Amino acid sequence: MIYLENIGRYFLMLKSVFSRMTKWSMLRNLIFKEIDDLIIGSMGIVCFISFFVGGVVAIQTALNINNPLIPKYLVGFATRQSVILEFAPTFISIIMAGKVGSFITSSIGTMRVTEQIDALEVMGVNSLNYLVFPKIIALSLYPFVITISMFLGILGGWAASIYGGFSSSADFIQGLQIEFIPFHVTYAFLKTFIFAFILATIPSFYGFYMKGGALEVGKASTTSFVWTSVVIILLNYIITQLLLT
Amino acid sequence: MIEVNNIKKSFDGVEVLKGITTTFEKGKTNLIIGQSGSGKTVFLKTLLGLFKPDDGTILFDGKDYRTFTEEQKRDLRTEIGMVFQGSALFDSMTVEENVMFPMRMFSKKSKSEMQDRADFVLKRVKLFDAHHKYPAETSGGMQKRVAIARAIVMKPKYLFCDEPNSGLDPKTAIVIDNLIQEITEEYDITTVINTHDMNSVMEIGKKIIFLKNGHKAWEGTNKQIFKTDNKSVTDFVYSSDLFKKVREVYLKELED
Repeated sequence: MIYLENIGRYFLMLKSVFSRMTKWSMLRNLIFKEIDDLIIGSMGIVCFISFFVGGVVAIQTALNINNPLIPKYLVGFATRQSVILEFAPTFISIIMAGKVGSFITSSIGTMRVTEQIDALEVMGVNSLNYLVFPKIIALSLYPFVITISMFLGILGGWAASIYGGFSSSADFIQGLQIEFIPFHVTYAFLKTFIFAFILATIPSFYGFYMKGGALEVGKASTTSFVWTSVVIILLNYIITQLLLT
Repeated sequence: MIEVNNIKKSFDGVEVLKGITTTFEKGKTNLIIGQSGSGKTVFLKTLLGLFKPDDGTILFDGKDYRTFTEEQKRDLRTEIGMVFQGSALFDSMTVEENVMFPMRMFSKKSKSEMQDRADFVLKRVKLFDAHHKYPAETSGGMQKRVAIARAIVMKPKYLFCDEPNSGLDPKTAIVIDNLIQEITEEYDITTVINTHDMNSVMEIGKKIIFLKNGHKAWEGTNKQIFKTDNKSVTDFVYSSDLFKKVREVYLKELED
């Protein structure tokens, strides 16, 4: 029953987020701040993880090819498919649920505990629009993060293949180009947009409606990470089923 | 002036406010006192519109809040200043940005006009060189003064304070009390203060409302509270030996 109640409250929250807009001059500054916190601040970890996981995907693929009849370009092909279809959009989103999601929940939760949200309400500010809308707009730039993740994942795979002696550069690049379906990129970015919305709103929901003190802020961050991840995984399944089958 | 008629509020079937009727007068510091759990905070938050009353009316200068359109409610909010117990300053903003926040949100003033107004109110609360500090870099007393400055920057008609001197040393608490009283009289504001502090009751309680178990058990002034024989009030206000002696001395002086 509590789950149904939370789902209802989540959609009511979304309705409030998009009503009674904050003054544009204030909103603009908030959006830039959120871009800095949520997008620029995540680039380091995304780049690091993407490069090395891309490398691991290439090594694992190469090590599992024992049959000499399987062409060497398959390493590049498998790396491209894994990175573009799943690793960059989904795996990075789960990592972002931990990094960005926890940050959003704890920052809004702390504002709740310290009565800063009450202060906004008393002043007549639509606190949900003020706090959540700039995050949604900032995270609409999330596909750029994923583009960089895709590039670095494939670059990591290429570097691992060449320097690990698993494949030649020409073979790897041939694998990247072979049977390329542009719709896969569209599918990946469509997923990314939806995940960006989830990353902005579910952690905000858990931060905004939390009750209690500092300990509950920590608990809310954990719960928000769990539910953001669950929703991303479920939506990933549904979107894949709808678009690729 | 704020008139409250028969306000009731329940949470999960538990009645917290059981029909409170009173008036908060303009240009006076109106104090709400009572034990923890007596319904003070719920009462204050209901007056502020953060909780919707189950029954009863709240009239702001004769106008019923329930009949207000959304736009009228928003206009009313710009006429309300609030000082929260923990100050509730925005962590990510400097002192000056905190004070300018309501103006940036709701006024059409130019940047220089906003700056001048912020400088004026910060000087008014005796903060001269904290403009560019973040709340975390200031003391509890300074944070309270910033909160007061933010509350009065839009020239409110109504000022609400929730435990304004909790967590402050006695000297700073008196400074904050006096500041609130001065501002109330200077700008002719209707001020409502929720407090536990008996010094505040004695010093600035121009009108005092005592709540007990969600009821208004007594109301009067800081002079009348010395003379009252209402047991609930005397048990609460004169629970310490010090205040018992203060009361005895005061009553003796009156007799002499």
